[in-house]
Amino acid sequence: MWRDALLVAGKDLRVEARSRVTTNQVAPYALIVLFVFGFAFDQDQYVLTHIGPGLFWVAVLLCTLLAVQRSFSLEAADGARDGLRLSGLDGGGIFLGKAAAIAAQLVALEAVLAFGIVVLFGAHLAHPLLLLTTCALATVGLAAAGTVYGVMSAGLRVRETLLPLLLLPVAAPIVLGATQAWLAAVGLVTGSGWRWLTLLGAFAAMYLTIGVLAFGTLLEEA
Amino acid sequence: MDQVIRLRSAVALVGRFPVLAGVDLDVFGTEIVLLQGANGAGKTSILRACAGLLRVVAGEACVLGVELTEDPRAVRRRVGLLGHATALYDDLTVADNVTFAVRAAGGERSSVRPALDRLGLTGRLPATRVASLSAGQRRRVSLAALVARDPELWLLDEPHAGLDAEHRDLLDGLVRDAVVRGRTVVLASHEHHRAHALAGRIVTVAGGATPPDPAPPGPLPVPGAGAVAAGAVAPGVASEVTSVA
Amino acid sequence: MTPSSRQRPGATSSRATRILGALTLAGLAVLAFLGLYVSPPDGLQGETVRLIYVHPASATMAYLGFGVCAVASIAFLWPRTRSYRWDRLAGASAEVGVAFCVVTIVSGSIWGRYSWGVWWTWDPRLTLTALLLAVFVGYLALRRTGGDPLGRAKRSAITALCCFVVVPVDHEATSWWVGLHQNDTLFRIGKSPLIHGWQLATMLLSFVVFTLLFAWMVLHRLAIESMESRLEDEGYVWAIAERRSESGPAPAGATASSASSGPLVAGPLPPVATSQRMVQEAPGSLLAPRPLPRERGEAGL
Repeated sequence: MWRDALLVAGKDLRVEARSRVTTNQVAPYALIVLFVFGFAFDQDQYVLTHIGPGLFWVAVLLCTLLAVQRSFSLEAADGARDGLRLSGLDGGGIFLGKAAAIAAQLVALEAVLAFGIVVLFGAHLAHPLLLLTTCALATVGLAAAGTVYGVMSAGLRVRETLLPLLLLPVAAPIVLGATQAWLAAVGLVTGSGWRWLTLLGAFAAMYLTIGVLAFGTLLEEA
Repeated sequence: MDQVIRLRSAVALVGRFPVLAGVDLDVFGTEIVLLQGANGAGKTSILRACAGLLRVVAGEACVLGVELTEDPRAVRRRVGLLGHATALYDDLTVADNVTFAVRAAGGERSSVRPALDRLGLTGRLPATRVASLSAGQRRRVSLAALVARDPELWLLDEPHAGLDAEHRDLLDGLVRDAVVRGRTVVLASHEHHRAHALAGRIVTVAGGATPPDPAPPGPLPVPGAGAVAAGAVAPGVASEVTSVA
Repeated sequence: MTPSSRQRPGATSSRATRILGALTLAGLAVLAFLGLYVSPPDGLQGETVRLIYVHPASATMAYLGFGVCAVASIAFLWPRTRSYRWDRLAGASAEVGVAFCVVTIVSGSIWGRYSWGVWWTWDPRLTLTALLLAVFVGYLALRRTGGDPLGRAKRSAITALCCFVVVPVDHEATSWWVGLHQNDTLFRIGKSPLIHGWQLATMLLSFVVFTLLFAWMVLHRLAIESMESRLEDEGYVWAIAERRSESGPAPAGATASSASSGPLVAGPLPPVATSQRMVQEAPGSLLAPRPLPRERGEAGL
């Protein structure tokens, strides 16, 4: 399974390295989303500073949708999904590989977005360990849930519209938990940020388990 | 002689549509079998069912000793399917694509280069992105992946389509070599002259089934088998009718 | 038993559901009479307190629907109990659950407008209910995507489980979140003001009547679903015959008997067709379990 995961992740990242869709399209899109948030909240620096972490995670969620759709449109083209099935790769391995590739792209996007909210919204960064752990757990959770719902909707004609409908409500607790952890880290809400990490961790663990067990079946049936 | 493919009254559905409506097919080791029939007769579906991609929901289906009705996944690494779609990633280079296909199927990286050479994918081509290739070149890339994997059973769906005369000859040579090495080949083709010259046996497919051939070249049918159309036999009688084609 | 003794063709009712339906309608009438006429208005909330006869019961039914959906999905995925019956039950109960969830949110919103002056507040229970509604609306959308019935059923069952396992996470998240923001929420459902004797009785009756209503709706929905799949299955025999007739008139080797039996029959059907996937059900056994082929190679979730 781990060998298959490495192989698939390597393939997906190699496709990204050659096509540069994330760097040339999704990353600029993420920054534009931040700009639009700025317009929507009328350059009120106080408000923007306070809602910056929330906007950050909403932007990450939107980018997750794009990354997942991209990841599965690769397999939809030219019978690649049949190729994947025919190769006899382990379902759990394919899941971990695709989720890892999506997570790697999300980490890069988060770095860009973090830079963006610091510069544009004057957001504060504090407790780097807490923030980095939050990002790691939330990213794993988003990538795992995104990959599960991505393959579920991949074979359907309505995939572009179905994926957001399925993924956004399910990923809502991630946005909530990750935002609260960040707000707690910079002192905008009282209480410790660490307890939110248990939620993020539980979510990630659940979806990783579901994905490893069910991905093979979902790939067959999609 | 080992039996490589054994289908009995095999039924397969796409949605609610029975693309296979009772296929009987027997293929034995090291032979080249040609499936012929009109468009939509079910040739591609037979190949996909044998590759474990299309679930056989009724009847018997055994490929390379694997019961497809139980676990169609178990056979996949041992067969190679060259379909209408080439299953290549546009953004990867020729060499990357073939390497991924070979490694994903559990093969060795070292088999990639000879296969590319064999298909004439040399010079700048291995480092070229697949997106910029012509249809015939793409076809050769997926053939190279098949050659590099060298599976036990080759399922070729219109393999000649899109190839020029030189590479059609090359393909025929590859197929003959494969059989010499002990592989089995089943192909569907509309290139009658070429395919007939290549194939050792011809099976006619129509309406998602294999109707009895007027003059079967294979093992003699049981007397009266003509009255029992393909797939019509009761389970107990099935063993007596060895082959309809 | 002849089918007609229990069921008219095309009807989704049986004698049992008709009795259940009559009971439900009578119960609703009594509930309306008690709720609107007999029980007194509340001193504090006035007439709006009458929503207590709708809102808590429908919320319970929504959660019941989602719970039944999850249990039925597990039963479908479990190889020993796999049957399309569970898939249909999951779909029917989720659909009815969504309907009750909408009633819950709408009635709660109206109630909130009159008792606390706002249509919506970020109360943990409200937030959780809204999230669940969104998740199960997605689930129903996925169910309607069609395709291979077995694939659709598996996909739906896995989705229902995915939806359900995050409920505890959602619950914790929303309660911590609100706990941080506002320590004193305006209102909690269930912590209703002093309950009058008639009010208590009416509220209890509302739970009974809504449970009957839930069961009635789910049974009818199930009957519709199984009729739909029966319609599709009965097309199977015909579709196989038609598919095989595409090969045209029987070839020269075939006898006159198969050739003369018309273009629809190019030889009898594959004998195994009815033994595995597509079980012909007797008309009277719409709710009978339908065996599926076991798939040993599939990842057993």
